[in-house]
Amino acid sequence: MSTVKLTYREAVRAALRHALATDERVFLMGEDVGGYGGAFAVSLGLLDEFGPDRVRNAPLSESGFVGAGIGAALGGMRPIVEVMTINFSLLALDQVVNNAATLRYMSGGQLSVPLVVRMATGGGRQMAAQHEHSLEAWYAHIPGIKALAPATVGDARGMLLAALQEPDPVFIFEHALLYPLEDEIDEEPCAVDIAHAAVRREGSDVTLVTYGGSLGKCLAAAATLAEEHGLAAEVVDLRTLRPLDTETILASLAKTHRMVIVDEGWKTGGLAGEISAQMMEQGFDLLDWPVQRVCGVEVPMPYAKHLEEAALPSAERVVAAVTEMAF
Amino acid sequence: MADFVMPSLGADMSAGTLAAWLKQPGETVKRGEIIAVVHTDKADVEVEVFTSGIVERMLVEPGTEVPVGTPLAVIREEDAAPAPAAPAPAPAPPAPAAAPAPSAPAAPVVPVEHHLLISPSARQLAHELGIEAEGVQGTGPGGRIQRRDVEAAAAAREAPPQAAPPAPPAVVTPPAAAAPPAAAPPAAPLSPAAAPPAAPLSPAAERNAAMRRAIAASMSRSKREIPHFYLGQTIDMSRSLAWLGQENLRRPVTERVLHGVLMVKAVALALREVPELNAVWAGDELVRRDDINVGVAISLRGGGLVAPAIHHTDELTLEELMHAFRDLVSRARAGSLRSSEMSEPTITVTSIGERGVESIFGVIFPPQVAIVGFGTLVERPWISEGQILPCPVVNASLSADHRVTDGHRASQFLAAVDRLLQEPEEL
Amino acid sequence: MSPPAGQPATRKRPPRQPALEREHSLHLLREMLRVRRFEERAAEQYSLTRIRGFLHLYIGEEAVGVGVMQALTPDDAIVATYREHGQALARGLPAASLMSEMFGKATGCSRGRGGSMHFFDISRRFYGGNAIVGGGLPIAVGLALADRLQGRRRVTACFFGDGAVAEGEFHESLNLAALWQLPVLFLCENNEYAMGTSIRDELAQPDIHLRAESYGMPAEEVDGMDVIAVETAARRAAEAVRADPGPRFLELHTYRFRAHSMADPDLYRAKGEVEHWKERDPIALFEERLRKAKLLSDDDLAAIESDIAAELDQAIATAEAAPIEPLEDLTKDVYTLVAG
Repeated sequence: MSTVKLTYREAVRAALRHALATDERVFLMGEDVGGYGGAFAVSLGLLDEFGPDRVRNAPLSESGFVGAGIGAALGGMRPIVEVMTINFSLLALDQVVNNAATLRYMSGGQLSVPLVVRMATGGGRQMAAQHEHSLEAWYAHIPGIKALAPATVGDARGMLLAALQEPDPVFIFEHALLYPLEDEIDEEPCAVDIAHAAVRREGSDVTLVTYGGSLGKCLAAAATLAEEHGLAAEVVDLRTLRPLDTETILASLAKTHRMVIVDEGWKTGGLAGEISAQMMEQGFDLLDWPVQRVCGVEVPMPYAKHLEEAALPSAERVVAAVTEMAF
Repeated sequence: MADFVMPSLGADMSAGTLAAWLKQPGETVKRGEIIAVVHTDKADVEVEVFTSGIVERMLVEPGTEVPVGTPLAVIREEDAAPAPAAPAPAPAPPAPAAAPAPSAPAAPVVPVEHHLLISPSARQLAHELGIEAEGVQGTGPGGRIQRRDVEAAAAAREAPPQAAPPAPPAVVTPPAAAAPPAAAPPAAPLSPAAAPPAAPLSPAAERNAAMRRAIAASMSRSKREIPHFYLGQTIDMSRSLAWLGQENLRRPVTERVLHGVLMVKAVALALREVPELNAVWAGDELVRRDDINVGVAISLRGGGLVAPAIHHTDELTLEELMHAFRDLVSRARAGSLRSSEMSEPTITVTSIGERGVESIFGVIFPPQVAIVGFGTLVERPWISEGQILPCPVVNASLSADHRVTDGHRASQFLAAVDRLLQEPEEL
Repeated sequence: MSPPAGQPATRKRPPRQPALEREHSLHLLREMLRVRRFEERAAEQYSLTRIRGFLHLYIGEEAVGVGVMQALTPDDAIVATYREHGQALARGLPAASLMSEMFGKATGCSRGRGGSMHFFDISRRFYGGNAIVGGGLPIAVGLALADRLQGRRRVTACFFGDGAVAEGEFHESLNLAALWQLPVLFLCENNEYAMGTSIRDELAQPDIHLRAESYGMPAEEVDGMDVIAVETAARRAAEAVRADPGPRFLELHTYRFRAHSMADPDLYRAKGEVEHWKERDPIALFEERLRKAKLLSDDDLAAIESDIAAELDQAIATAEAAPIEPLEDLTKDVYTLVAG
């Protein structure tokens, strides 16, 4: 199978292009996706190729165009709504929670909302408190939707294509720092599995569970743990945040008996707590140590670089969390 | 006939007060007409009647609060226009059967085992390998046992057995014939659990087996780790018994105090004089306890022993002590002791019952540092002022941890017990 | 005919009054009476605690829902609010299905999952039923967008109240619809109150149709108590939406005779005001008009009422007897199961 070298950004674009070309029900709608090419340059060139109806620039009306996405999905289209970042998605939460997630259930099973919403997420670019949220946990909280976090170039392309095959709303969170990530993947775009987590590095001493922008940090931490501490860390990439692939996580815990969950979102009430609870419930006898969490510090994201770095999970914090477990 | 009932005027309304009637008996009402004013939390609301007809009678006086659905008045319907069927307050749709609450798993009777710090996975591994978790040295925080500690214990078990611990120094030979027990042999290595027991045990038998295992583990560990030494004293009980006899005459039969209670109280008070015996050994140091909680050894009917604590033994009156003791015995035999009773004795008293032998030298319950034993009350010749007289006596023993105390202090303790029992009115 | 008393002073165009035709007129009257009697029964069932939660009655506004429905085809879509019983009935959702829904039964139009505020019937393109004020407007925009992208000429009728006009989603939705020329018929049922707040205390610009015009969207004011005026305006607007296609806006002046909901003690409206509007009861007015035109007799009316009463008796009986959804199905249809 021939391969191609792509950045994460280009991979998403490749998926968009493939979907627009092969399914006339698909259209992209969001702020600056047209002539501007997308705030993160994901849709560069797509307007020229597919025209303004299918690469549809929307005014700054998150609630309006997310709701319109829902309505269009009800009306037989396969919209891909791009909300520029998760920070602005807050304006559309009513449409998400009260319509997208509920219409099927509330109508007694009459309606399906095959809507895909993509948004950039995460911090680390000194954009300060209102532009660097990691609120994936809020979406993962809602029954009725699916939430995906592609952390690799292959997943960036394949998950979008898979999401377009889902009959229910799918939210895809693209960590903004991943866009320039480069990798070699199969040339042929195709959908990937979105039901399972993936073991990105095998190990037997401790499990590092993470997703999205923190995957790289965990892999770096695993390398350090191996080289400097003689510890073999297994790194599990969640890939899907709702539904969680608890089975894969448990299988890793059964091997290592120790777990650190790394999540850029705030610790309190976050996804790491959910996974920890599930490990306690379903993997109690596997635990040799309480599940540890390395999360964003409970502060609004500061602007100054050193503060921002200290507020985010890092490979160093992960290594420290592991070595504190008194091996 | 149709009822006009207290209407629901909102999702959270459960009752309303009839404020005023706007129609009187004998008046004609039409469907949709306002018939009354109802007072709710929010406001006074005019309410309509849903039947046309003639008001027969009022059932509720203004100012009365009634639940939603209560009939307030009776309307005699006219036959004329197609009137809607008089709605009797309908039973609410059957409430969906509440999901049966998962029955709590029957809690097994937890035997002697005090709180052990061990990770779930290590506990599981210990069980699989047939290692007694009690005996494993933990290297985690607070001495918590981790998997690797269990693994280390398993590996050590494979190694050749260590030399037997030295025999305890012989201190005082008690007058009775029984000699102090010889140094206990090192704990016999437990065979790894190759396969689960052939036949499934009944729950009671299982509990018993579990308790036996726990006791075995605990006693083995005690003998392995604690350098026991022993002191004995024969105590003249004549004054105590005489005083007790008088005391008990004043009490109803059910309230009579046993002499064993005197002995427990004496032990508790003696500990005030030799407080290092009221302590626990925590890893590598002695930790004194402020409270004196004497654990009383109670034998269980199916076999086995528990030694729960009576809290603040030194502060209780003899009656209170008697009650506490009775209560503990019944709850111990019923299997309903509290974990604080199991984990907080600071010293244990074990005594032989009426048909037992004259002396008992107990094994210390870790992490305690001493155990007091009382033999059976016997009558023996006693020399008093040059005369040989029959006298009720009891042999008291002290087994003590030689890491924390020595013969001098230990004998002060037993001497204090003796002295206290000569002045029973002070107990 | 001179306009009825109490008409708003400023109106863009005088209504063209078509000649009244008996069959159609009786149909309109019957439809309005159906809604009225249904709502009265619903109120009764609510006070008997057979209907729970929230109940918002359409009494007084019947002419709007009924009149507008005459202008829509079965292929058009409807998005409504929590005050949706009138629109649902006029659209053809069976009374038994609606009553069952409000009783929480499995045979309800939303399988008992939605209740009074969430009626759905995909076969009749009735998309709810939305409890969030303004929440349905973006959805209507989306439905219309899908039609536009797929080249279909049909209308998405979007009902909402004067309260929704204050919400950001009103602004966003009208802007999107006008910007992209989407076939949405925006129908503002201005009953002058957003729950307990009068429109004068709600909107800096209370002339709602002017706001719509500010988006470059043709807008019209209509006397919502006159079913013929409503039907006329709705037909004209729907045709325009289909033809161009592009959005149109109708501001329908109406009034609810009951409180906002069954839980509302309605202390914020002067009794006199309510009585004044009750003199403009759309049903009474139309009845009077038909009698004057000799199109309605007492017998006609009695027959209509009796039919309706029977239908509603049947609806309630059906709802009472209907089963509830089995508890095991609690988590069914959170997601769409894909076969195979």
